[in-house]
Amino acid sequence: MFNSRIYSIVRKEFVQLFRDPRTLALAVVMPIMQLFLLGYAATSDVRNVSLAVWDQSKTTESRQLLDAFRAANYFNIDYLVHSADEYQMLIESGDARVALIIPPDYANRLLDGNAKVLMVLDGSDASIGATALSTARLVGQSYGTKVLTQQAALSGRPAPVLPVEVRTQVWYNPDLNSSYFMIPAVIGMILSFITTILTATAIVRERERGTIEQLIVTPIRPWELIVGKILPFAILGLIEAFEILIIGHFWFGVPVRGSLGLIVFTSGLFLLSSLGIGLFASTIANTQQEAMLTVMMYNLPSIFLSGFLFPLEAMPKFLQIISYAIPLRYFLVVIRSLLLKGVGFEAIQNEVIALAIFGLVIMTAAALRFRKRLD
Amino acid sequence: MAVCPMENIIVEYLVQANNISKSFGDVHAVDDVSLKIRSGEIYGLVGSDGAGKTTTMRLLVGALKADSGEVNICGYDINTQTENARSQFGYLSQRFSMYEDLTVMENIRFFAEVRGLKSNEWLPRCNEILEFVGLEKFTERRAGLLSGGMKQKLGLASALVTRPKVLLLDEPTTGVDPVTRQDFWQLVIRLTTQGDGVSVIISTPYMDEASRCNRVGFMKAGRIIAEDTPSNLRAQLAGRILELRGSPLPILRRTARADKDVEDVQAFGDRLHIRVGEDKAKDVLNRLPSEIRSVGGEINDLRIIHPTLEDVFITLSESK
Repeated sequence: MFNSRIYSIVRKEFVQLFRDPRTLALAVVMPIMQLFLLGYAATSDVRNVSLAVWDQSKTTESRQLLDAFRAANYFNIDYLVHSADEYQMLIESGDARVALIIPPDYANRLLDGNAKVLMVLDGSDASIGATALSTARLVGQSYGTKVLTQQAALSGRPAPVLPVEVRTQVWYNPDLNSSYFMIPAVIGMILSFITTILTATAIVRERERGTIEQLIVTPIRPWELIVGKILPFAILGLIEAFEILIIGHFWFGVPVRGSLGLIVFTSGLFLLSSLGIGLFASTIANTQQEAMLTVMMYNLPSIFLSGFLFPLEAMPKFLQIISYAIPLRYFLVVIRSLLLKGVGFEAIQNEVIALAIFGLVIMTAAALRFRKRLD
Repeated sequence: MAVCPMENIIVEYLVQANNISKSFGDVHAVDDVSLKIRSGEIYGLVGSDGAGKTTTMRLLVGALKADSGEVNICGYDINTQTENARSQFGYLSQRFSMYEDLTVMENIRFFAEVRGLKSNEWLPRCNEILEFVGLEKFTERRAGLLSGGMKQKLGLASALVTRPKVLLLDEPTTGVDPVTRQDFWQLVIRLTTQGDGVSVIISTPYMDEASRCNRVGFMKAGRIIAEDTPSNLRAQLAGRILELRGSPLPILRRTARADKDVEDVQAFGDRLHIRVGEDKAKDVLNRLPSEIRSVGGEINDLRIIHPTLEDVFITLSESK
């Protein structure tokens, strides 16, 4: 398998990589940037939602309700308003996402047991709206139960018992920290992006600069040329996967519960697909820009249809079917399961088989298209 | 007879192309070309831009696949015994194709290694070759920072590092200064006369270079329309080229053109080369002076000269 001709090409690729500051920056800085961007910014944890309150009651009871909202850690009571116009304007301008209106008779009706408050939500951002809504309901319900219990205690009656109680246990990520979910996926994204782009451009660059002409008239065999050209980026991809894994673990506290050997093995398997796509793109494109655009046509659907950003379960059926054709989908399941759940091979074997098939098919197709000729 | 190093196969021709053709769409870039090159021979491929020289070179090295016909290098078929065939030649493409971001030494080393030289072989060879082409002082310089002539020498050095039996040089001196061109040719001639005698196929647009070759093939529209030694080619036009000196040149030229036995007039600096029909030289020599004087021209000299390759080239280019 390993011979001196391949070694010569690999060494040459690394020398060129280290002499090209732009590519090197892309290869080293981009993964870290993506990691921090996605680790911090692309979080779906809704916190600090700005809340406007129109407290018409101004009683101890209404203040207790506001305390309950404060305690939920989701809402910031940023505005105390005194008219409908005011909260309407705050929501229109986006300064407040939610308005809570407590009517003047709140305290009295609370005693009667039929108090009502109004919550107005800005639903234009669906994900914030949905969490704010469910949080508000939850706060309302638990506060209601608390009030009932208090009233019962005051009147000497026994505390009411709820007919059903749901007790929850969250596994693997008890704090539901979304960066735990995101960072393993960044490994998948980097393995896909960096390797497709670098592989495709490295081969097309030889064509653009004319060096391919000298290379193809050497006695080197086509497969040796392919291996020599893609091996450096496979190595680079794995190094970057570890770079993200280490920062993810020590900075973001992402657990690494599965075996490292299995992580390397599955990453390598997934790399086959990415390297194959890069090689394939290089057989189509004539310039480095064309190569970039070609691999983007693979990478963008990968991001949207792999469960990287949006859960697959929420997608319409036909998009779910398309997602089966996307290697990243399988790798995300594998890498998330390995890191967060610490599963063994049995739990991910179907995905591993899918990755192996995709890798072999894409790589074979690309290698067959690859010609060691100018035409 | 030449002995090829790989398996001691004895072949008469180091390069043999039989009826190779290559089309790009409707354009017949190379049309039924055959070549036979012996050991130690310098074969020049000349022709105007677009005549098919570069495509022929690329077909010979297998960078392009011929639509039909076959190419043998040292007895190895370029398509079926590619690896063996490619071990036999060094190739210098028209476009600079070394890595500009690697140093001179790194380039030589890379191409030596991918062409199968062991690590204990390439270093002494590298130094020897770099000294041969005169780049020994620039081993650590990036190829992109070399001058045009030095780039071509680097290409030649890289082509030579595996001691090939055949050297294919595609317009190696285009855009190179005259002194470096001279150097370059001295290197090529030394290669063909030393030891085993390397065969060289060189394409060039320069006629002075063509005249240094042992044999020359004229290409036009993808075909080799004439092939012979430079002296035989020149002999084809013997007695048909007149040299005219005088003034004013525009009048001389117009008058000469008007003569019924004159086929072509070309200006060479302050002289005109007049090509006349076969056996018509005497008639024209007798007639032309009076014709020129009658329109106010003045003649300093008019005589038959030895045709140059340039004359031959122009004649062939105009032929149907």
